[in-house]
Amino acid sequence: MTTAVLPTPAPAPHRRSAFWLLARTEGRLFLRSAGSVLWTALLPVVAVVVLGIVPGTRHASRSFGGLSPLEVYEPILMMYVFLMSAVNFLPAVLTGYREKGVLRRLSTTPVPPGRLLGAQGLIYLGVGIVIDAVILVIATAFGARAPHQFAGFVLSLLLVAAATMGIGMLITAVAPTEKIANALGLATFFPLMFFAGLWIPRPSMNSVLRTISDYSPLGAGVRAIQASTTGHWPPAAALLVLAGYAIVCGAAAARLFRWE
Amino acid sequence: MASMPVIEVEQLHKRYGDRTAVADVSFSVNEGEIFGILGPNGAGKTTTVECVSGLRKADGGRLRVLGLDPVKDRAGVVAELGVQLQHSALPPNLRVGEALRLFSSFYERPADWRELLDVLGLGPQVGTRFSKLSGGQQQRLSIALALIGNPRVAILDELTTGLDPAARRDTWELIESVRDRGVTILLVTHFMAEAERLCDRVAVIDSGRVVALDTPGELTARLDVQQRIRFVPSAPIDDGLLSDLPEVESVSRRGEEVLVVGGGDALAAVAAQLARQGVIAHRLRVDQPSLDDAFLAITQHQES
Repeated sequence: MTTAVLPTPAPAPHRRSAFWLLARTEGRLFLRSAGSVLWTALLPVVAVVVLGIVPGTRHASRSFGGLSPLEVYEPILMMYVFLMSAVNFLPAVLTGYREKGVLRRLSTTPVPPGRLLGAQGLIYLGVGIVIDAVILVIATAFGARAPHQFAGFVLSLLLVAAATMGIGMLITAVAPTEKIANALGLATFFPLMFFAGLWIPRPSMNSVLRTISDYSPLGAGVRAIQASTTGHWPPAAALLVLAGYAIVCGAAAARLFRWE
Repeated sequence: MASMPVIEVEQLHKRYGDRTAVADVSFSVNEGEIFGILGPNGAGKTTTVECVSGLRKADGGRLRVLGLDPVKDRAGVVAELGVQLQHSALPPNLRVGEALRLFSSFYERPADWRELLDVLGLGPQVGTRFSKLSGGQQQRLSIALALIGNPRVAILDELTTGLDPAARRDTWELIESVRDRGVTILLVTHFMAEAERLCDRVAVIDSGRVVALDTPGELTARLDVQQRIRFVPSAPIDDGLLSDLPEVESVSRRGEEVLVVGGGDALAAVAAQLARQGVIAHRLRVDQPSLDDAFLAITQHQES
């Protein structure tokens, strides 16, 4: 190491938008972590392709209430993408940042650490929306019905994003370490995916399970999206359930959040 | 008229629950000064600088950085204050160049990060991920991030902990060059050699209080510490001839080496006596009191 005088200020300061550089940097970090790309992006896309290729899945089935198996699983996979990114990966990354002192380090600069949360939220939201769009295109290409009530479909998806983000932020707020965040993420993942219908699709659930599913965030999400696929406006109850999770979890997270 | 102090701390008080981390700390740092905070582990050093940098809210007292309140005038302070924290990592997959580019975008007038990289000897690591850097390289990157915004004041906490001796010396040179540019530096350390080399003044903190505040030289000089003189005599010499000297307190032997302990004038007296006896002192060494001794004397005095 040679020691000279320190460099002088850059002559022509053209300050790039710090937030966008932060978001781009975090986006690169996301792409560099093979695990998150594999689980949030590749796996659901591969799953919808496989479902589409299997011949029997394209035909409407009476046991699924007139939907084809592909149409049943399409919204479930869409839920999976948001759940995986917002509830499993986002809290792990953010609690890791808190544990390692990244948020503290940021607190000493003119850019408040809240921007990092914003950048992370933007990335996982973006991943969710892009991958869900890919799933929609592939499933439609394989003959699944496209959402006829498109505005309702988009609204439902955005509310799913908000609800999962709220749950993820609540986990980030309460988990003291990355390990605990991972454990809480998994403990949330399985029940929520169950009530979304991953193992027993909603049309095959008995009335007790389906009622619980109606009040679970992803059950409500599947219900809202399936309604828009069949050309209806999503049921208000489902949209309210999603909005409720987003508001309650988000508010609790904001109250409980610790920067260090 | 003296210029306004860059950092002012008056009767700082901070508690964590029932535990008092900082009881009563006051000091002020002048422009262009390197001011050291010394103290044993758990003395409240880090809490003090965390309050100064606005990361923690003080429970009592008055804090000013460049005349601004570090908590209330957050925006004004962070723009001019660079902070290097203990235990503060970066995302493991973030590359060195990306980190510097990102952090330089946070400031209005950043330093040229490529030059800073070269100054800190991290040029070859520009594409290396944080997790692949050595401890010393991570530390240097951390210093670079504290300096990237061209701060007027820098707070450096445990700057050279974990660095090898060569890297430590290089870092000291770097800090001196930063100061030469007019940056005021608040340095937390537990290396006395570091404080002795770098600091214009030091505050010794123990159990949340300032127990001494002076230049390193004054702290050492004030100390009434004995001289320890070691040598190997060229010919046998009777211990009594030395121990009878009024300046000498004790004489002992370890193998062929003689150890004489005495007051400030003991060396002259011993040298004169040896000359009279026609004995030459081989491998002569005199241990002078150092800041280490001063630090131990000050902090142990507090405990008793």
